[in-house]
Amino acid sequence: MKILVPVKRVVDYNVKVRVKPDGSDVDLANVKMSMNPFDEIAVEEAVRLKEAGVATEVVVVSAGVANCQETLRTAMAIGADRGILIQTDVELQPLAVAKLLQAVCAKEQPQIVLCGKQAIDDDANQTGQMLAGLLGWPQATFASKLVVAGQQATVTREIDGGLETVEVVLPAVVTTDLRLNEPRYATLPNIMKAKRKPLETTNPAALGVDVAPRLKTLKAAEPPKRSAGIKVADAADLVLKLKTEAKVI
Amino acid sequence: MAILVIAEHDNSSIKAATLNTVTAATKLGGEIHLLVAGSDCADAAAAAARISGVGKVLLVDAPHYAAQSPENVAALVVGMAAGYSHLLAAATTVGKNCMPRVAALLDVAQISEISGVESPDTFVRPIYAGNVVATVQSADPVKVITVRATAFEAAGEGGSAAIETAPAGADLGLSRLLGRELTKSERPELTAAKVIVSGGRGMGNGENFHRLLEPLADKLGAALGASRAAVDAGFVPNDYQVGQTGKIVAPQLYIAVGISGAIQHLAGMKDSKIIVAINKDAEAPIFQVADYGLVADLFEVVPALQAELG
Ligand SMILES: Cc1cc2nc3c(=O)[nH]c(=O)nc-3n(C[C@H](O)[C@H](O)[C@H](O)COP(=O)(O)OP(=O)(O)OC[C@H]3O[C@@H](n4cnc5c(N)ncnc54)[C@H](O)[C@@H]3O)c2cc1C
Ligand SMILES: Nc1ncnc2c1ncn2[C@@H]1O[C@H](COP(=O)(O)O)[C@@H](O)[C@H]1O
Repeated sequence: MKILVPVKRVVDYNVKVRVKPDGSDVDLANVKMSMNPFDEIAVEEAVRLKEAGVATEVVVVSAGVANCQETLRTAMAIGADRGILIQTDVELQPLAVAKLLQAVCAKEQPQIVLCGKQAIDDDANQTGQMLAGLLGWPQATFASKLVVAGQQATVTREIDGGLETVEVVLPAVVTTDLRLNEPRYATLPNIMKAKRKPLETTNPAALGVDVAPRLKTLKAAEPPKRSAGIKVADAADLVLKLKTEAKVI
Repeated sequence: MAILVIAEHDNSSIKAATLNTVTAATKLGGEIHLLVAGSDCADAAAAAARISGVGKVLLVDAPHYAAQSPENVAALVVGMAAGYSHLLAAATTVGKNCMPRVAALLDVAQISEISGVESPDTFVRPIYAGNVVATVQSADPVKVITVRATAFEAAGEGGSAAIETAPAGADLGLSRLLGRELTKSERPELTAAKVIVSGGRGMGNGENFHRLLEPLADKLGAALGASRAAVDAGFVPNDYQVGQTGKIVAPQLYIAVGISGAIQHLAGMKDSKIIVAINKDAEAPIFQVADYGLVADLFEVVPALQAELG
């Protein structure tokens, strides 16, 4: 069974981004980039399924600029078998990515596509669901547990009220939540080995996908800043201020 | 053209976030229809009809909508989409699950978790953990939108919309709900609470979390929240998580106890009216957003606070 894992190159989660002075967009010059953390969880889960003998191959795919190669190499260092780079300089929105992944699925015929639930740059939380819709596949989002048996997957999902367990028929799209696993650190030998794993490059035109953005960003701004307030001396002082000054209790 | 809001419900009552979504819809201009798709959900439809601002309730009642699976509901919504300018749902785990599927099937973008409406085609939404707010414009023929509940007031009661029964779609049979393990609590719902007491890794363990924060929350009539670290460590269930990838809250009062204030956490609570931070590290970033900071050991301060509240 083949598992396809889409991995996105995003601004590292430790970076606090800034807006360009002209307010047109986010300034991404010289900021540290990493694999989207939810995708790391997805790669880890796919590799564990392979180690458990459930999956036979883990293919990672990334869409974007040439540097997405680094993200694919990172995924291969965790244990993915090969990578596909869909190279383009066009700004990719979730619908475009879903269509690109749909084209890749037509070729690769995976049984499971394991996405992150959300990219931490656009905070869209869309691509996996969109892909499932385009393919007519079931979807199990926000997974905190994934059990694959035969032609079915049983997925525990993190929902607003707690947890829910669904059973989906494969092929299916599953998206990862934070509690699914704790990704391993890639070891140096595995990083070296990853450099020799196959990496194929294609592009949107070759896949027959129109990736033109549907949403136009008119403006990017920093939200109003909260300023630090005051320090209180002790619990009594705090209660007094909450009662008489803030009037919230 | 009319606007379709997909109601979130448990077949008998409407979830609070739907009320805020209706308010967002009123800013678009156009009659608002509320879709209640479920099983034995006449009570939910009756509740929907009382929401002010709603012009019509569309009731779709069939066994295969009992679990409101995203596959069946998305197919239903896509089948009803003609004639609507906007399709909206709350940015809850239900809305986030279903609406992108709807958008893809209609070949349009989804505009995620809007926090403002500039015009019928232009919306404001936070990105990068709320460090940036983007204004985006959509040229798509129908706008598929999820709504950040805390950014809009809740619509009131007092409406009396007509309830119209609409035909069910097919059962796609793609997924099956095996069960739900819902956190039982007498406390207010986190996203609608006026006061939230939230604990982080500093609580040390689950036992401390409950022993210290529950009595405090009881005194304040508060909901309990947590940081990711507290959830990951198993102190509390996943649905307590506040933040970029958890719940977005904006209470009158948010008390952060033993939470450092990582940007991912701030993303979920920095729109609270008053923020209180209790942390023994004076340098903790949470103090940069706190109205009232108390640099102290939480194991001493929390019981003292509880005593002060009488
Ligand atoms: C993809 C991704 C998504 C994430 N999403 C979220 C999210 O949605 N929500 C979220 O919260 N985080 C999220 N995080 C995690 C976030 O980056 C932080 O790791 C997390 O918020 C830290 O939790 P914490 O403040 O409880 O723990 P820590 O950062 O470890 O802070 C603990 C604090 O407790 C204080 N403390 C310890 N003992 C005491 C004591 N006795 N008395 C008083 N103070 C004490 C310490 O001084 C410290 O400041 C995410 C991270 C990633 C990578
Ligand atoms: N450009 C991309 N390349 C590969 N995977 C992507 C890309 N964009 C999004 N994804 C996948 O879709 C998930 C959700 O992203 P989003 O819908 O943008 O929040 C990510 O966690 C990735 O698994």
